[in-house]
Amino acid sequence: MTYGVHSAVVRFGDTLALDGVSLEVEPGSVVAVVGGDGAGKTTLLRSLVGKVQLERGVVDAPSPQAIGYLPATAGSWPSLTVAQNMDFVGGIYGLSGKALVSRRDELLGRASLLDVADRLASQLSGGMRRKLGFSMAMLHDPPLLVLDDTGVDRVSRVDLWRLVSEAAAAGAAVVMSTTYLDEAERAASLLALDGGRMLASGTLQEVLDSFDGAVARTASPHRRAWAWRRGRVYHEYWPTTAEVPVDAVAVIPDLEDVVIALSLLRGHDREMAS
Amino acid sequence: MRAMIVKEFRELRRDKRTLGMLIAMPLLLLVIFGYAANFKVPTVKAAVVGTQATQFAATLPSSFFDVTLIEKTDTQADAERLLENNTVDVAIVTGQQPALALVDGSNLFASQAIVSVLNKSGDKVSSQILYNPELKTSWVMVPAIIGLILTFIGTIVTSIGLVRERETGTLEQLAVMPIKPATVILGKISPYFLVASIDMIIITGLGMLLFSVPFNGNPFVFVLGAGLFLFVVLGLGVFISTISQTTGQAIQTAFMFLMPQILLSGMIFPLDAMAAGVRWIGYLLPLTYFTMISQGVMLRGASLASLWLPFLMLTVMAVVVFSGATLRFRRDLAPGRRRHHGTVVAEPSGGQAGSEARSGS
Repeated sequence: MTYGVHSAVVRFGDTLALDGVSLEVEPGSVVAVVGGDGAGKTTLLRSLVGKVQLERGVVDAPSPQAIGYLPATAGSWPSLTVAQNMDFVGGIYGLSGKALVSRRDELLGRASLLDVADRLASQLSGGMRRKLGFSMAMLHDPPLLVLDDTGVDRVSRVDLWRLVSEAAAAGAAVVMSTTYLDEAERAASLLALDGGRMLASGTLQEVLDSFDGAVARTASPHRRAWAWRRGRVYHEYWPTTAEVPVDAVAVIPDLEDVVIALSLLRGHDREMAS
Repeated sequence: MRAMIVKEFRELRRDKRTLGMLIAMPLLLLVIFGYAANFKVPTVKAAVVGTQATQFAATLPSSFFDVTLIEKTDTQADAERLLENNTVDVAIVTGQQPALALVDGSNLFASQAIVSVLNKSGDKVSSQILYNPELKTSWVMVPAIIGLILTFIGTIVTSIGLVRERETGTLEQLAVMPIKPATVILGKISPYFLVASIDMIIITGLGMLLFSVPFNGNPFVFVLGAGLFLFVVLGLGVFISTISQTTGQAIQTAFMFLMPQILLSGMIFPLDAMAAGVRWIGYLLPLTYFTMISQGVMLRGASLASLWLPFLMLTVMAVVVFSGATLRFRRDLAPGRRRHHGTVVAEPSGGQAGSEARSGS
């Protein structure tokens, strides 16, 4: 079964948090939701798990029993040990006895947390805490796994991605939000958000192919408002109607270029509209 | 320096709770110490029984004795029952020389005032203090302290425990798990209920052991009263957690609930000595009624029937406070919780969010 959110509109007071956003995820695949702070990633994921009510739109999701959710916050109880956290969640989902111990140890082993099973969650590093949160979300083997902002250090991200990939390979539909675009490139499909609206969606190739315009590398941008830093140089967006200047070199845009250029275009459209 | 002061004022302006405390606390203290901090009981309720009841009642100074009952046919046993039921503060038995004034020692300041006034009336009346013959403060305070400890655990400790879930973000996790809000609330407060009950037993036992406080009544009535009171204060704790985002806020708010209970429940200053307006605040506080029950059961051996009013008040408070608080907590826990799994469709209806389950899966 495909899960997702369709044409979702969410409003918090006067703020339009989501404006016609759609997301679909199939079993055995990973969908990455990308965007900057305040883009609407967390609201979208919360809508999917039933934590936020839509003003308009449709949510296709299984029962809470079949959802594994790792919120952007800690995701574990700090004054419980690693094993006690797993046992608590296991109890909520009706796991007990040998089945719980076996599943707990299997997941902690995969997350390299078995050696710290007796350590308090508050004493774990940030990356270890996220891995514990992931293991807790995976404990009941949910068909839908929703992971909000897995942003941790680079080494822990590699570990987490391995765990996410394993979960998807085992058949779970995984939706994860991230601010790291390189991380999102590994997903089966992605959804880019900005200010609660969809910038782009589809597979990486589809998103790149749908980009209308050119990106040029330059040491000195011609229009500061349309340029962004990439290492020691700038990348600058040029619409199809314009010529790339001779002192700039056209590059094949990657996901980061496309998302930034689309954000700038949207900001420009908004300014023009107002 | 100037930047620091400006920053501090800006932060303070946005911290509505602290600002409220800064304004409310001096006003509260002014009202309490102006109108409530008074140990002198101006009038006491009195009953006069026995063959000479009418004549004797006429000789009592009416400015102090509010004679609510004159019964010629009643005996000393009837007079004692009036005290046990807390109907009056003093019951005078006539028909003997001198007349016998039975004084309710569980009402410490009233009984001190009664003895003082009666001593001035010469040989025509002798006084006997019941329930607390030596007028020990500890005998009156220990039953009230039990209530204070239950209030402390119920409001401060419970609200901190619940707010911690919000602070660490685990409340959000619980909201998504297949666990009913009622189960979350009951699961959270049950340990505090148990800890408070154990504390109550320890404090009662220690009070009896260290201060020789008597336990004259039925323990079942006491436990029933304590259970009801615990529901009220746990409800307050749950309520405080729903209006607090951080542990600091929860402690601050809980103290705002705790302070009036300490000062206006009759635990320190007698309710009868307070100005009418302030006394009515005291009558709205749960600790007032628990203190009536605990002092009544422990000192006077009061029965359930004679304590109907505090029991009724605590029952009403338990239902109102606990239901209201849990409903608020439930709303916090599951604002958009899906009742059925499957497809949830939200259609605009007059600008309000509305959703329904279209199908199951």
